[in-house]
Amino acid sequence: MSAQDGATDAGAALPKAQADFLPLLLPLLVAIAGYLGMWCQSFPQLPSSSTWVTLTIAGLAMGMMIFIMASGLTLIFGLMDVLNFGHGAFIAIGAYLATLVLLPLGGWMQADSIWLNLAAVVPAVIVAMAGTAVLGLAFERVVIAPVYGQHLKQILITMGGMIVAEQILYALFGPQQIPLPLPTSLRGSFQIGEAAIEKYRVVCVVAGLVVFLSMLAILNRTRIGLLIRAGVENTEMVEALGYRITRLFVGVFMAGSALAGLGGVMWGLYREQVNAAMGGELLVLVFIVVIIGGLGSVTGCFIGALLVALATNYAGFLVPKLALVTDIALMVAVLLWRPRGLYPVTSR
Amino acid sequence: MSDLLTLSAVETHIGRYHILHGVELAVPEGRTTMLLGRNGAGKTTTLRTIMGLWRASRGEIRLGQKRIEALATPDIARAGIGYVPETMAVFSDLTVRENLVLAAREGAMDQARLDWIFGFFPPLKKFWLSRAGTLSGGQKQMLSFARAFIEERKLLLIDEPTKGLAPAIIGALIDCLKEVKRRGATILLVEQNFRVAQEIGDLVGVMDNGRVVHSGTMAELAADAMLQHRLLGLSLDTHQ
Repeated sequence: MSAQDGATDAGAALPKAQADFLPLLLPLLVAIAGYLGMWCQSFPQLPSSSTWVTLTIAGLAMGMMIFIMASGLTLIFGLMDVLNFGHGAFIAIGAYLATLVLLPLGGWMQADSIWLNLAAVVPAVIVAMAGTAVLGLAFERVVIAPVYGQHLKQILITMGGMIVAEQILYALFGPQQIPLPLPTSLRGSFQIGEAAIEKYRVVCVVAGLVVFLSMLAILNRTRIGLLIRAGVENTEMVEALGYRITRLFVGVFMAGSALAGLGGVMWGLYREQVNAAMGGELLVLVFIVVIIGGLGSVTGCFIGALLVALATNYAGFLVPKLALVTDIALMVAVLLWRPRGLYPVTSR
Repeated sequence: MSDLLTLSAVETHIGRYHILHGVELAVPEGRTTMLLGRNGAGKTTTLRTIMGLWRASRGEIRLGQKRIEALATPDIARAGIGYVPETMAVFSDLTVRENLVLAAREGAMDQARLDWIFGFFPPLKKFWLSRAGTLSGGQKQMLSFARAFIEERKLLLIDEPTKGLAPAIIGALIDCLKEVKRRGATILLVEQNFRVAQEIGDLVGVMDNGRVVHSGTMAELAADAMLQHRLLGLSLDTHQ
């Protein structure tokens, strides 16, 4: 006898996987809301579309940088069930490692040649990502490994780790802001119609999309990706199928730390300065994005980052004081709608 | 016939609770051994201890000649044990196909074996690209079975496969298990449904309070209502 539970014809066309597209529309809705808000302000005249385009591109660029920083954290929490408050340290360390490469190469950064600019920036990014990956490995083995499964201790020890890292940066580099100027070829803006679009923001959007699409490809098209997605849901069963999840943990932690380092470099170049406290300052934002996205979901994290950044940008323009609470208000609204985030993955 | 799996004086603690108190069990090669007992007798803990999901605090577990009680769970699985947990534990975010891709550790799935599985469980073919989380309870159990059967395993540990399922699904699972048995698989199966146990089992171990209190053949237990009543607190007649 065969079970025909729900299946009357086994040879029928195979159905496609169900997809939940609703959260994908949210950034679009926020962008429309931003435009309508600007219209209310300029009513009865139509708002300046160039201002809206500039704000939108700035929001997208900021969102992509936040996504790059947060994507590692969401995987680390989803797969390893680790509340890593030390993630912010890797953001700051990545930025500082980049300055160690870029400051001696200041001449190349200021040259008019895009190739000389790249010759400075690419090694800086590689050093920042490799350095934070190695530090991530050490952090996971020394700090995190003894407290697996113990959330309270994780919060305390990773928060402590971040404070120690921050103080080491102060001790090594001093309390002052360190300038990190953009390379010449990334300065200035494109003119599209009346809208001025900064080149570096476009680079950020492209980099964020590349990271997002790469992560999606790895998670959906490779066996390692399948293992990560399965491990986010049920580590025990992954092990019972014969896979060593511990190695995967370490790999994901290193990748997550490297992404934080990359985000730190991009944020440092965006602000054109770095300081030891930048990691701690960004950590709250990164956690909000991870929670909005649904713990463990890369796509949710991507949408969450865009939502937060776009809403903050529009609010900052329309009602500057509102921008101070936009991210929290957005998180509350999303959690009221979907209490486990936009795309919940884990049952935790 | 030689024993494929043997447990000798196995004890397991979960936190401060002492669950298994010296389990003695032998699972012969090529036979289906049923592990029966009341709720809380230690059946699931025994399977989880064999898989290394909970550590044996004392005693010895051998797969063939190899001691496995100190091995990590992935190494135990790679030694040739397939596990179907009580919770089914399908990866709900992954499609049916992706669940089976992960279960096929050696590489590509064998199409003939896949067709054989589809023969028993047509919904898995129909919902091949659907997320496992959208499947019904019975379909999830089929997927959980398929994951264990997608490659040849020396030993299959199956925990309460019929729990909460409709009779039609239970029938399909029994048919599948009979075919797996016919192919010579060694199975250790925890089951509360005595009728199912009687239909599939060759041998039986009855657990109570963390110990195996009776070992013998299934036929012997099925024929002795007094023994059933004494060991399981039930009569076969009232459960058919």
